[in-house]
Amino acid sequence: MNHLVDLLLIAVGAAFINNFVLHYFVGICPFIGVSRRVDQAFGMGLAVTFVVTIASFLAWFFTWFVTRPGAPVTAWVWGLFAPGSRTVLDLSILNYLIYIFVIASSVQFVEMYLKRFFPALFKAFGVYLPLITTNCAILFACLEIMKHVSGVRDPAAAWGLDQALALAVFGGLGFALAITMMAGIREELDLCDIPEPLKGAGITLLTAGIMAMAFMGFTGVDRGLAAFLR
Amino acid sequence: MVDSGPTALERFINGILPENPTYRQLLGMCPTLAVTNGLKPALTMAGATAFVLICANFITSLIRNALKPHLRILVFTLTIATFVTIADRFLQAFMPAMSKVLGPYVPLIIVNCIIIARCEVCASKQPVGTALADALGCSLGFALGLASIASVREILGTGCLLGARVLPEAWPNWGIMVLPPGAFLTLGLLLGLVEWAGAARKKAGGNQG
Repeated sequence: MNHLVDLLLIAVGAAFINNFVLHYFVGICPFIGVSRRVDQAFGMGLAVTFVVTIASFLAWFFTWFVTRPGAPVTAWVWGLFAPGSRTVLDLSILNYLIYIFVIASSVQFVEMYLKRFFPALFKAFGVYLPLITTNCAILFACLEIMKHVSGVRDPAAAWGLDQALALAVFGGLGFALAITMMAGIREELDLCDIPEPLKGAGITLLTAGIMAMAFMGFTGVDRGLAAFLR
Repeated sequence: MVDSGPTALERFINGILPENPTYRQLLGMCPTLAVTNGLKPALTMAGATAFVLICANFITSLIRNALKPHLRILVFTLTIATFVTIADRFLQAFMPAMSKVLGPYVPLIIVNCIIIARCEVCASKQPVGTALADALGCSLGFALGLASIASVREILGTGCLLGARVLPEAWPNWGIMVLPPGAFLTLGLLLGLVEWAGAARKKAGGNQG
């Protein structure tokens, strides 16, 4: 039961309280660039959710089995070369390289897969899929997972796959929520009389600021929720 | 190269103001918003980004003739990731407190669009000297962008700049300025200001920019 509560708290935290865009400022580029129309924004949000889930799964996998201090695969390979050695290997210096490789290849893979099996969906995602490679939100999710897998002192507190996926899926959905809301507001803003210098990015950022203030209202919800459920 | 484009000096100057990465090109928004709640983290961030940008441009320019077109983005990102790892380890070792403050935003330099853009637009086509000048100019422009936003936010939010009192004690600290919404509001208003100043100069008959 406690484990389920943990998962729920991670999910609520990632989607609302610490929203990727409005609290951590990751994924700002598509948030400003692709939020002109609701349908496009929603497509972008779903594409990010999709890729962040796959990339986080792979990132957790590599961090857990290969790069964290004392990871099983690394220990096994090291044991082949130096039987009986007591050295605990720590490959976490390779983390960033592995993550960026994983993200780039999973985007490529998702692109090929969609093109072959879901051509309609592929057309809908269009140019956004390759752009996602340089979307900070994906790398940010991987880094959060790294922090909770190889950065923790107590091995029992390290995140399992379910916790990592909860963060990824709901972080992605939080991003989709924020970008779709922003697109809805911007469609209305098109009809408004905006001061010339603020047109485009300026008014979008100001709107985002007000949205971020609204999302600050979620602060502390996790503590209340935890107290209620436990 | 058939068309060498602007010279090294022009590129250096272009990066600082006329094509300022923050205000003109709207690149690298994550750190611009995330680490500008104080001038000190902003300058550290600008320094780390400058290091990575200069090194990445240098290496990319050296290997530009061996690059395969379809693999180039991957090569860029792996080069950048290597230097980011170096910068991150350096910060952890010598500035542990600052490293904690910057948190995930140091590794996020890897996906900072400024660096990939400079590698793609300039370093992969130009000789080493030009690429270095370009990287230096862009780094300075980025530092300028970060520092301007950070100064506004720190002064209005805490009444201090780099820990030294700037505004009188009676100043009611605008707490919102150092929180996430303040970042969006400040950047939005500063962008408007830059646009407005540019438009006013153009109207007055000055040259572009």
